[in-house]
Amino acid sequence: MDLVVAVLFQLTYVIANLALISLGLAIIFGMMRVINLAHGEFLMLGGYTVVVATNLGVNIWVSMLILAPLVVGIIGVIVERVLIRWLYGRMVDTLLATWGLSLLLVGIVTSIFGASTATTVSPPLGAVRIGDYSASGYELFLIVITAILLFAVWLTLRFTKLGLLARGTMQNAEMASSLGVSTSRIYMITFGLGAAVSGLAGGLLAPMTGVLPTIGATYIAKAFITVISGGAAILAGTTAGSVLLGGINGIFSFIAGSTFGEIALLLAAIVLLRLMPRGITGRFFRKSL
Amino acid sequence: MLRQMRPTLVYAVLGILFMFVAPQVLQLFTIINLTTAIALAILALSLALIWGYGGILCFGQVAFFGLGAYVYTISAINFGGSTWAILLAILITAAFAAALGYFIFFGRVSDVYLGVITLTVTLIFFSLIRRTSGPEYKIGNALLGGFNGVSSPPINLPWDTRTFLFPEQVFYVAMAALILCYVFVGWLVNTKFGRVCVSIRENELRAELLGYDIRLYKLGIFTIGAGIAAIGGVMFCNGVGRITPDVFNLYNAALTIIWVIVGGRGTLIGPIGATFALFYLTSALGGQTVLNNNLVLGVILIIFVLLVPKGVAPTVVDWFGARRRKKPGRVRRRRRGNRTEGAQ
Repeated sequence: MDLVVAVLFQLTYVIANLALISLGLAIIFGMMRVINLAHGEFLMLGGYTVVVATNLGVNIWVSMLILAPLVVGIIGVIVERVLIRWLYGRMVDTLLATWGLSLLLVGIVTSIFGASTATTVSPPLGAVRIGDYSASGYELFLIVITAILLFAVWLTLRFTKLGLLARGTMQNAEMASSLGVSTSRIYMITFGLGAAVSGLAGGLLAPMTGVLPTIGATYIAKAFITVISGGAAILAGTTAGSVLLGGINGIFSFIAGSTFGEIALLLAAIVLLRLMPRGITGRFFRKSL
Repeated sequence: MLRQMRPTLVYAVLGILFMFVAPQVLQLFTIINLTTAIALAILALSLALIWGYGGILCFGQVAFFGLGAYVYTISAINFGGSTWAILLAILITAAFAAALGYFIFFGRVSDVYLGVITLTVTLIFFSLIRRTSGPEYKIGNALLGGFNGVSSPPINLPWDTRTFLFPEQVFYVAMAALILCYVFVGWLVNTKFGRVCVSIRENELRAELLGYDIRLYKLGIFTIGAGIAAIGGVMFCNGVGRITPDVFNLYNAALTIIWVIVGGRGTLIGPIGATFALFYLTSALGGQTVLNNNLVLGVILIIFVLLVPKGVAPTVVDWFGARRRKKPGRVRRRRRGNRTEGAQ
């Protein structure tokens, strides 16, 4: 019984982790049809914000939950104004430009902090006991905060004025702008919020993984697969994609080791896209957020 | 056909001249370095084919390049000779590309997704092979070696496993491979198959309504491109003497895209030239510590996407074309059609 709970906990953590690293990408992709190849670098910047702020003596919770999303959100708004907004409607060029941005950010961070690991911070929570097994308290915290984050995004989209305008812009930008909505501003805010969520995720993961200028590359493969398999709906897509792929990854990792877990994840995603080229939410839960 | 291929053949002859002159005037160290650059140029050529002519936005061309190198190395170690290893490297890579392409093209995945999927496959290769350190990960006699990679046996004469080639001779082989691939691709894009691929790039729906099975054509050109990339991979691990998982990393994937963008989509000689230019630029940058390679390449990529989206070669050709047209009294040549269609 304890073993079952421990395994289920681990599985939930894998799913939550996938949802956490994908959510920022999904917001930007779902709202603006922009695939942000610099997503991994936004996560990386969130991580660096936490490490630098903690080393300067800021409380770790403040730096993770407030500073990381704030800093990366501001960077996101700057990036949108300077680079992305010239390229709306040209998906391929946006991809390439954000890839250039990704290299640029890696280059800048390497120049400032050096190529090796900066001083790390340790996870602030101890272990939790499940019967005979112990689990990381910080992993439990990440599961809870991912759930809160998803719920907060749902609340924002469903019940606030900003969410209403954003959904309107997403459905029909021309109609929204002729009704007096400044779509350019909505895009800017959306990109900033997506970047902020990425920054938060990167900051939260920094104590688990440490930070490196090139750490973005380890996240983006999984984040892309999750978002593309999930499809364009932000919340339903991210959740469905993470549950399916995270579940497969977790189960195969448990049976045959983490290497096979990743192979299974990739194969499942490719087969899924052959069956549903527009992702899970392209076929099911179409009307969902 | 011959007339359209004239520029290709001119460049090929220049390449042959270079192949015979270079070892006489350059030092051995430069020649070994050049071999690596040539291998990368073959990779650029393969992406120039499938992206520039096939319109397939493949972000993971290095996956085929690296896979070819790994298959060559592992089978050369097991067979004790390189002849079958080279053939196997090309075949297995092409088969892998065909299988991946089946899911992509027959699922009708759109081009942006295609880029992301191929990139993801590349990154998964990277993280998988990095983990294969330890004696339990081996194929036949070849240890995969994880992060440190495997050292590649040199090429030998066909079916003569005792006569290995020296680095200088590997240069000849690599240069010959580049020229042959270049002429082959230059020929391919002028065949009916190549022209259908170009028409699919221009307008998928129209090509399909004319009765062409675009999925099959795309799969075909994708597979051929992967085979060429594998040849580049074989030459690369011969030039360097070792293959590591680093070929699959994000930096190299980006580099391949940058060569083609800088050189120009829809040309063949442009990306090849850009490869050599950027290879020497990054080598020069490696010698100093002020500017980071990533930073410079990122800036180059952003500038080209925003300001020179066509790339260097087409921009230069257009510029000369515009000048020629302005000169009065000159009879315009009757050759019609889009300039980017013919091989250059």
